[in-house]
Amino acid sequence: MNFDLSALRQQFPFFSAHPDWIYLDNAATLHKPQAVLDAMHQFYRNQNSNVHRSAHGLSQQATAAFEAARNTVAQFLNARYAHEIIWTSGTTAGFNQLVFGLMGPVLQAGDRVLISSMEHHANIVPWHIHAQPFGVQLDVVPLTAEHRFDLAAFTELLKLKPKVVSISHVSNALGHIQPINDIVRLAKAAGALVVLDGAQGIVWEKVDVQQLDVDFYLFSGHKLYGPTGIGVLYGKTQYLELLRPLLGGGEMIKTVSFSASSWNDLPYRLEAGTPNMAGAIGLAAAILWLQQQDLTAFQHHKTALLHRFYTGCQQISALELLSGPTTNAGIVALNLKNEHPADLAALLDQQKIAVRAGTHCAMPLFQALNVKGSVRFSFASYNSFDEIDRTLTALATAVELLAE
Amino acid sequence: MIRPDIFTETASALKNIYANHLPQLQQLKDWQSKYRILMTLGKALPAFDSEWHRDEFLVQGCESKAWLLHYQDPVTNQHFWAFDSDARIVKGLIILLLVQLNGLTTEELAHAKPELLLNELQLQQNISQSRSNGLLAVLNKIKNGVRSHC
Ligand SMILES: Cc1ncc(COP(=O)(O)O)c(C=O)c1O
Repeated sequence: MNFDLSALRQQFPFFSAHPDWIYLDNAATLHKPQAVLDAMHQFYRNQNSNVHRSAHGLSQQATAAFEAARNTVAQFLNARYAHEIIWTSGTTAGFNQLVFGLMGPVLQAGDRVLISSMEHHANIVPWHIHAQPFGVQLDVVPLTAEHRFDLAAFTELLKLKPKVVSISHVSNALGHIQPINDIVRLAKAAGALVVLDGAQGIVWEKVDVQQLDVDFYLFSGHKLYGPTGIGVLYGKTQYLELLRPLLGGGEMIKTVSFSASSWNDLPYRLEAGTPNMAGAIGLAAAILWLQQQDLTAFQHHKTALLHRFYTGCQQISALELLSGPTTNAGIVALNLKNEHPADLAALLDQQKIAVRAGTHCAMPLFQALNVKGSVRFSFASYNSFDEIDRTLTALATAVELLAE
Repeated sequence: MIRPDIFTETASALKNIYANHLPQLQQLKDWQSKYRILMTLGKALPAFDSEWHRDEFLVQGCESKAWLLHYQDPVTNQHFWAFDSDARIVKGLIILLLVQLNGLTTEELAHAKPELLLNELQLQQNISQSRSNGLLAVLNKIKNGVRSHC
């Protein structure tokens, strides 16, 4: 396996700043390699000027760098055109634009949208805000007994003829990888537009939007080793063109009079205001960095970390594991019987293990599971087996303290 | 119906904790012993009726739930609370705030800095960092609830 963990870790300055912590909150945000920090620093030092606006050479250089970043993302996703990459501030912002934009041109009163029980609030609340008040109905694909996406129930629900199917690529609360190929195929056969929430999936495996034939794919830079405040809404040209812009302002228009405005072409039409230029540069740097890594080795390593942790947890009988060990992108959600997840997480925090407790922005999922929440351990390429072992020891200490 | 006894019973439990557990906590150095005590403080409180686990008493925290009942003595102007939480550590931390605040008048409360004790005990270095566990929300509710009464 072409994988040198210590060389990898050395590329992440955060770890030398916090040598005593074990960071297992990677599903919340990833740390950034030096290459990303350098690219952003370099942009501000050498290239900073507003893009697209000014005729001067400096602005043209900044614009070239910014558009090169868009090309990098387009190639990464294998999008047909660079204008199919819309910069957003993150997955959440992308969903708000998408749902708002679909209302009217695609969705009307009486139409249905199909999501799953495992969705993040970013793929639930925008539907509540922008679609439900106008008569759009949300249907929900249930969980199987193993807390997986229920393909059989999905097939049944498709008979209700949803106009849009919007599903997470990987569940952020459980780590389970959804059967996205089947989801896209079946949904398209039923005549729906398909949206995938790639916030957790994009860092797990190579995504080829053309091969997958997905209509929209969204992700956040900060969960892909990139900076915060930047994200991507990918869409097929024909569908992006339908979207009504959520934000109006500079750059997104062709002409404006006091009474009306006409909109610019893609991608600018959906990118009002001065964009996050340094963020785009940083995200492109993260992608270029990732393309130099061995993604398969990353997958194997994360799976090995997961299995080591999972097996360790199975030795502690009072733990209730909500995640399964297979088809899992590196997340273990668990509870200690009869104890609140916040207590377990606080005792881990005392031992400098960074995990997340609660409902992980997926409250409906926990209502479906009928538990208060969970403690979530999420693993990344840069975590070590030693960290897993120390976490298991800390977990045992916490469990003992709570059992007293 | 809120049973009025809950406030007197809570007050005496809090006094007890102040007299017995607090000195213990102040002596302990290692975090495990401190947390062991912190996590048992809740057991010293009188039973909180599950009927009071109502949304009107719920303090919007993030990870855990906390319910807070308040009563002000019309004669002495003293404030009293009764409370419950579904998480043990945050419950213990709130008890450590309440042992200092329960029975104070509005005027006295305005000057109270109960978070300093948590800091001294090295249980919560910075109360503003406790947004996620609901501690700050409870403290704000205690202070705001009092203000609206004066
Ligand atoms: C599956 C999923 N969708 C959406 C989001 C929202 O991403 P962001 O907060 O970067 O907008 C997240 C992040 O937690 C996520 O895990």
